[in-house]
Amino acid sequence: MNSNQLKDLKLKANEIRRLIIEALDGANHNTGSGHTGGPLGMADVFAALYFNFMKHDPQNPDDPDRDRLLLSNGHICAVLYSSLALSGYFPTSELKTFRGFETRLQGHPHRGVLPGLENTSGPLGEGLSQAIGIALARDIDKKTYTVYCATSDGEHQEGNIWEAVMLAGKLKINNLIQIIDFNNIQIDGPVDKTMPLEPFRAKYESFNWHVIDIDGNDMKEIVDAISQAKEIKDKPVIIIARTIPGKGVSFMEGDYRWHGMPPGLKDVSGAPPKDEQVAVAFKEIEEERKKIIMGKA
Amino acid sequence: MLNPNLKLNTKLFDVDVEKKPTRAGFGTGLLALGKKDKNVVGLCADLTESTQMNLFADAFPERFFQVGVAEQNMAAVAAGLGVTGKTAFISSYATFSPGKNWETIRTTIVYNKANVKIAGHHSGIMTGPDGATHQATEDIAITRCWPGIEVYVPCDAIEAEKATIASAKTQKPVYLRYSRDKTPLITTADTPFEVGKLQDFWVSENPQVTIFATGYMLYYALVAAKELEDEGINTIAVNVATIKPLDSNEVLKFTNQTSAVVTVEDHQITGGMGSAIAESLAKTNPLPIEFVGMQDVFGETGTPAQLLKKYKMNPEAIKEAVKRVIRRKR
Repeated sequence: MNSNQLKDLKLKANEIRRLIIEALDGANHNTGSGHTGGPLGMADVFAALYFNFMKHDPQNPDDPDRDRLLLSNGHICAVLYSSLALSGYFPTSELKTFRGFETRLQGHPHRGVLPGLENTSGPLGEGLSQAIGIALARDIDKKTYTVYCATSDGEHQEGNIWEAVMLAGKLKINNLIQIIDFNNIQIDGPVDKTMPLEPFRAKYESFNWHVIDIDGNDMKEIVDAISQAKEIKDKPVIIIARTIPGKGVSFMEGDYRWHGMPPGLKDVSGAPPKDEQVAVAFKEIEEERKKIIMGKA
Repeated sequence: MLNPNLKLNTKLFDVDVEKKPTRAGFGTGLLALGKKDKNVVGLCADLTESTQMNLFADAFPERFFQVGVAEQNMAAVAAGLGVTGKTAFISSYATFSPGKNWETIRTTIVYNKANVKIAGHHSGIMTGPDGATHQATEDIAITRCWPGIEVYVPCDAIEAEKATIASAKTQKPVYLRYSRDKTPLITTADTPFEVGKLQDFWVSENPQVTIFATGYMLYYALVAAKELEDEGINTIAVNVATIKPLDSNEVLKFTNQTSAVVTVEDHQITGGMGSAIAESLAKTNPLPIEFVGMQDVFGETGTPAQLLKKYKMNPEAIKEAVKRVIRRKR
């Protein structure tokens, strides 16, 4: 991938971040709720998937040969909705209905009501199993599409995930790429204090998975990792994307309190007054956009 | 008398009536589906032979997935298959699936509208020696409350095969309930089976009470009906093979003449088939009802006969319930 292509993807990630803030601003107005940290942290990975790697057609969302992305930790759906809207599955103006009454953008995603959604999720630990099921159906049908599954570190405390990890390792499922948002936050605080997962790589390797460990906010590392993952033909792959929650908005970065809170809801220590939070977030994202264009980010 | 129009087993009341477990009907039904449709797949959590999925697994190893003792994973993997053009059957004991994996099924199969059929085995105290941990007596309650699912409880192995095959005709999720022990064959290959339809297996002139029964307990309801007739008490006994959908007009049709009801099931009386009948009648024609089933208690180890007697679910108990409800008639 040349530097212009990389720059384009960074701009897509930047645009996704702007749309995430739009969606969450809408959610705050609609119902005073929403998750911010996770979606901002995963914007780079989603940009790489939807605007470089995935074979998909917003005009034909049910194409049987499309690549699939399943979001397992459904609460970060603002990044998925923003990526789908930016891809053209539905108008970006609809993002502001997020978490409102009678919206297609449910608080946690529901397959069937919005084009581009592959699964219903929210309750943690269930997406990887569904991704395996789709991959098994694909293999029976002798198709070749890739199944991606976005998961989180916190949800790896669910037993169901490890049941799925065992099965995928046993069946040596090919062309199944899990990307875990390893951001070390969960509702009650840091993951490594709530219920530590390390040594994480060793756990997956012992279950016969191929493991790639990257900076999940570095576009070049993301692109290289997914490219490498697609070359692995004899086992499932996990990309450990070590991300910064709230990435791109300085007062949210690394702060677990933004896990389940939208900007504009509350005055929070270390953040601008609530009425200025959205504007500050937009401003920082715009500054980042200019830096990317100038080749400085 | 047994309804002559339904081509039921004429030897039903013989001492040596032929018996088979309803799970056998699941095994042969799934095998037949597998032969007919290459999109039928099966998943099992380490109970392949016990739940009779081995017939399918042996015939179609490329469409069978052994997931190990992992019922949540089994459900969600099946959901993935079910949204990708497959008709997925998952099989385990009902206490584990849909028991242990209830929320997984709710989210990934039912709400997610995945084409998955949940086969729950070893239902009821009929599971006997394994004890209450393995006797599912709540599974009807926890499945029929889900929007968009169907719930079938076949009365014998022959109907179990028909119900299994019928479940694949809809894209909806279906819960299928089977039991472990051998029970009498009530129906024959020629007995009609239709989802949503109730059938009066026992008919009589001027009946006083309608007995609704589901699963193998229908046999004991029929025995009770026959013995009551000898005592001069006429009843109708209705097979509730599909608890959801339940057609309120059908319920009304079989209660208009009698104005009193007894429900019979190997399940807790809270939330099961009896509750479904009561909900229906409460909206259309409130009537006195007696509920035969598990009375808010867990089962225990024992033979099915010992347990049915102790928990007041044998023909004697059904007859007493009929007499009680007659006394309550206005």
